[in-house]
Amino acid sequence: MNEIWAGLQAAFRLIVTLDPDLVEITARSLQVSLSALVIASALALPFGTWLAIRRFRYRRAAIATLNALMGLPPVVVGLIVYLLLSRSGPFGVMGLLFTPTAMIVAQVIIITPLIASITHQAMRELWAEYHDLLISLNTTNRQRIKTLIWDGRRSLMTATLAGFGRAIGEVGAIMIVGGNIDHATRVLTTAIALETGKGDFALALGLGFVLISLALLVNIAIHVLSRTERDGRW
Amino acid sequence: MVSAPMSVNLNDVVVKRRGKTVLGPLMLDLGAAGFTIVLGPNGAGKTTLLKVLHGVERVSSGSVEWSIPAAEARQAQAYVFQSPIMLRRSVRQNLAYPLQLLGQNKAEIAKHVDAWAERIGLQHRLDLPAPRLSGGERQKLALGRALIRKPHVLFLDEPCANLDGRSTREIESLLQGAKDAGTRIIMTTHDLGQARRLADDVLFLLNGAVHEQAPAPTFFGNPRRPETRAFLEGDIVE
Repeated sequence: MNEIWAGLQAAFRLIVTLDPDLVEITARSLQVSLSALVIASALALPFGTWLAIRRFRYRRAAIATLNALMGLPPVVVGLIVYLLLSRSGPFGVMGLLFTPTAMIVAQVIIITPLIASITHQAMRELWAEYHDLLISLNTTNRQRIKTLIWDGRRSLMTATLAGFGRAIGEVGAIMIVGGNIDHATRVLTTAIALETGKGDFALALGLGFVLISLALLVNIAIHVLSRTERDGRW
Repeated sequence: MVSAPMSVNLNDVVVKRRGKTVLGPLMLDLGAAGFTIVLGPNGAGKTTLLKVLHGVERVSSGSVEWSIPAAEARQAQAYVFQSPIMLRRSVRQNLAYPLQLLGQNKAEIAKHVDAWAERIGLQHRLDLPAPRLSGGERQKLALGRALIRKPHVLFLDEPCANLDGRSTREIESLLQGAKDAGTRIIMTTHDLGQARRLADDVLFLLNGAVHEQAPAPTFFGNPRRPETRAFLEGDIVE
């Protein structure tokens, strides 16, 4: 109980004094997770929607695979990305290992199936509602996907928020590919892991509270900006 | 834009679902003008026929041949469903949607939307979410959204089912206006009164086959087949 109280005090002190390290780590966490979210959403939203409207031979298998990939172990993803980006790997020449870019790549791989799968579920229902109309209007696949994404944007918010939640809280993969290097690749989760390892539970808890607050703030901000709860909308 | 008249021939069309024939075999010629009402009891194949003509229902055998190339014919058609499908957008955006698909510019779209909103009596509800409209308003919006593309052929599947008298009258007036403007209309209905008011010619379907086809005065005044007569007298026909 004392440690939780000390953690709260540490969090309060870090925030009120705008601790430079905390600000830097927080900014990097946001930069990495939001970049991963934007890239993953750009891939997963159209793909999930396409999967909802297209009928093809191995569709069921594709959906089952996508759902299975939601549970992709981050440590394994980290290991694979590490091997790909290490000097002896196929992309070693790019020198991306232990950079925020490598962390973004790992997070994109982790959250894309999650966002695509939730998108597929939401778009399947909307497609059932719109199917006859969009077929009757002789729309192309591209027009259908665009229409469904636009009209289902509020449902898709859930998908992107789930992706953000997974990305911002992820530690295994980014620890491996980022290396938790101070002033370079340290983010909130890896810093928490480090402080816990050092036995500084108060600071680790403090960082933990900051992480939770950040996740909540981003969620609220997205809801407010997209007006999901605005009265009178459908 | 299609300039040639659009007539259609159905050659030995059969539609089967799970091995059961739901329509056909059907040989049918429909001319390029007028108002055709498709009548028949439940399960006669009216909606299936409309969907086959519109090209959204695959035929199991036979062919549907329009007098113009198929792709062009499809673009020149519109379909209004029995339960209007509203996009989760405003009334304005619902009306604009078909024109956006055609790639028209914003000014042109806005002009057409305003004109059609007034014509269907929804000019004061343009910024309201379409799913919040009443049943009659939704059907008028669906009809406006279909007609805004100036289709040559308009298919309607019982557009006035479950609507009150006032909404039905408004829809019929819009349909009459569309017909006068040269739109070919093919519509199913259960309402014999409506069929009498609107039809130029009538197709009577029974068990997936055309049982009788005649100009409206002949069909209602002097039906040839006993089943048709029974149907018009309100008997149950199977």
